[in-house]
Amino acid sequence: MEETYTIMRVFAGSFGLLFMFVAFLGVIFFTFRPGSKRLHAESAAIPFRHDDRPVADVTEGQK
Amino acid sequence: MLDYVKLLILGLIAICAAIAANFARDLAYQVHAVLVLLIASGLFLWQLRRTDEPVPAAQLQTEYMDGPVRAGAIATAFWGVVGFLAGTFIAFQLAFPVLNFEWAEGYANFGRLRPLHTSAVIFAFGGSALLTASFYIVQRTCATRLWGGNLAWFVFWGYQLFIVLAATGYLLGATQGQEYAEPEWYVDLWLTVVWVAFLLVFLGTLLKRKEPHIYVANWFLLSFIVTVAMLHLVNNMSIPVSIWGSRSVQVMSGVQNAMTQWWYGHNAVGFFLTAGFLGMMYYFIPKQAERPVYSYKLSIIHFWALIFLYIWAGPHHLHYTALPDWASTLGMVFSVILWMPSWGGMINGLMTLSGAWDKLRTDPVLRMMVTSVAFYGMSTFEGPMMSIRAVNSLSHYTDWTIGHVHSGALGWNGLVTFGMLYYLFPKLWNRSGLYSLRLVSWHYWLATIGIVLYAASMWVTGIMEGLMWREVDAQGFLVNSFADTVAAKFPMYVVRGLGGVMFLGGSLIMAYNLWMTVTRGPEVDRAAPSTAAVAAE
Repeated sequence: MEETYTIMRVFAGSFGLLFMFVAFLGVIFFTFRPGSKRLHAESAAIPFRHDDRPVADVTEGQK
Repeated sequence: MLDYVKLLILGLIAICAAIAANFARDLAYQVHAVLVLLIASGLFLWQLRRTDEPVPAAQLQTEYMDGPVRAGAIATAFWGVVGFLAGTFIAFQLAFPVLNFEWAEGYANFGRLRPLHTSAVIFAFGGSALLTASFYIVQRTCATRLWGGNLAWFVFWGYQLFIVLAATGYLLGATQGQEYAEPEWYVDLWLTVVWVAFLLVFLGTLLKRKEPHIYVANWFLLSFIVTVAMLHLVNNMSIPVSIWGSRSVQVMSGVQNAMTQWWYGHNAVGFFLTAGFLGMMYYFIPKQAERPVYSYKLSIIHFWALIFLYIWAGPHHLHYTALPDWASTLGMVFSVILWMPSWGGMINGLMTLSGAWDKLRTDPVLRMMVTSVAFYGMSTFEGPMMSIRAVNSLSHYTDWTIGHVHSGALGWNGLVTFGMLYYLFPKLWNRSGLYSLRLVSWHYWLATIGIVLYAASMWVTGIMEGLMWREVDAQGFLVNSFADTVAAKFPMYVVRGLGGVMFLGGSLIMAYNLWMTVTRGPEVDRAAPSTAAVAAE
């Protein structure tokens, strides 16, 4: 029990922390990547597309 | 075949509940067992009458599943009124102790009604609002019908049963004493089943989406569902004393239990009352303002920063306790950093109106949503400040904390939910608009002034009693007794109660307005959409 705690504690304070931090920075930089502006504008418009009914399922329509 | 499995399960539940009612060791457990027995038998009969009936044609995939959304919207309005009523009553119980009636002692005194109030507003009102928003938003932004057929109905009714079991349990004295996690072990188990079904419906709908991108509101809602599941499981680790009784014993004790409790408690605020409601904000504010969110990039950063930071903030509830200093410092530091993503999100919500600020003059619903975001900004500034150890030494255990919670819960969660209901009711019942915008304005001003009265009186009384508690004379003796602070707080308690009356009055106006919208609201012009469709082709 004590041993497990120590291992977890050391991992959390070193590689765990590093992984979280790098992953977080990665997400931020990925958001600002060049050329993402158009994609983001398109994503932001999603709520205005399908207010009344779902997109028809093509395969289901053929049945 | 499935019908017979259902009958078998319902029958077994009914028999087990009957046995449990017979062997019950306490009143709460017995009442719950009888309740479950009645519901299971009723459902058994209902299922029996439908068994082997011809199955209706394949489920319509060409329409959204709005039944559970409608039921959820009604439940939200109903539980809102109930929760605000309970809150206003216990506010007056604090001001006038005579309202703890002799004949209702042990059932309707402050100690029993207080968890009833907090759970009614957080889990019944807030939870129903989140279920409703999740089911509505995930369909519209994924352009597909809810996954799982009637599973969504199971989630809705299952959650309502959880609310009833929790509320009746509090009145009859079944509580495990963990704040905001009071329901006893069997109610916790039931909520776990319902929550897994909720997660499945949400994930299933995301997986069959027709939009390639998952809209950001769904990220917030999914993180709310997943994190609440984790919090619920860890903080409710308890062992029942008997399988025939409601009493249970926590697995962890002492400071470990306290830390787990506030890790749960603060993340219930972070993921239930913040992340989930931010999901609402990112859908309903753009819809009501009729323009996309100000910056989608900022919304992504808002999401990840909030998720990465919030989970660490809990220990700030345990300054000056047996918790090691490093842990409470960690909680404090993360709480202060959290200020940044919170305000990023607030700015994103507010700036969505850039170029449409004039709508605030004509649209009271949008005004409500924008004010809620302003309250979000205010309470996410106040919270980090109160988490700083030096400030906390003054504010902790005082009414300032209660004022802070209410400016967040009434201002942010309440107003954004009202905005959502005003948006949803005409949509869901095919009305072209609300019954009366004037009444919305009345609701808006009553609610806002009510919150201001509440928060201001709690600031005054909180700081006052904090200063009175620490006041010492030249010999180092405490100047005030506890009863002195109670007496000094009386005027502020009356003001707080009046703020509650105004907020409750506003919600009653809303309930009337929504009722009239459904029964007598302006009809949608049926000709208009069809010509629009032709024009589009």
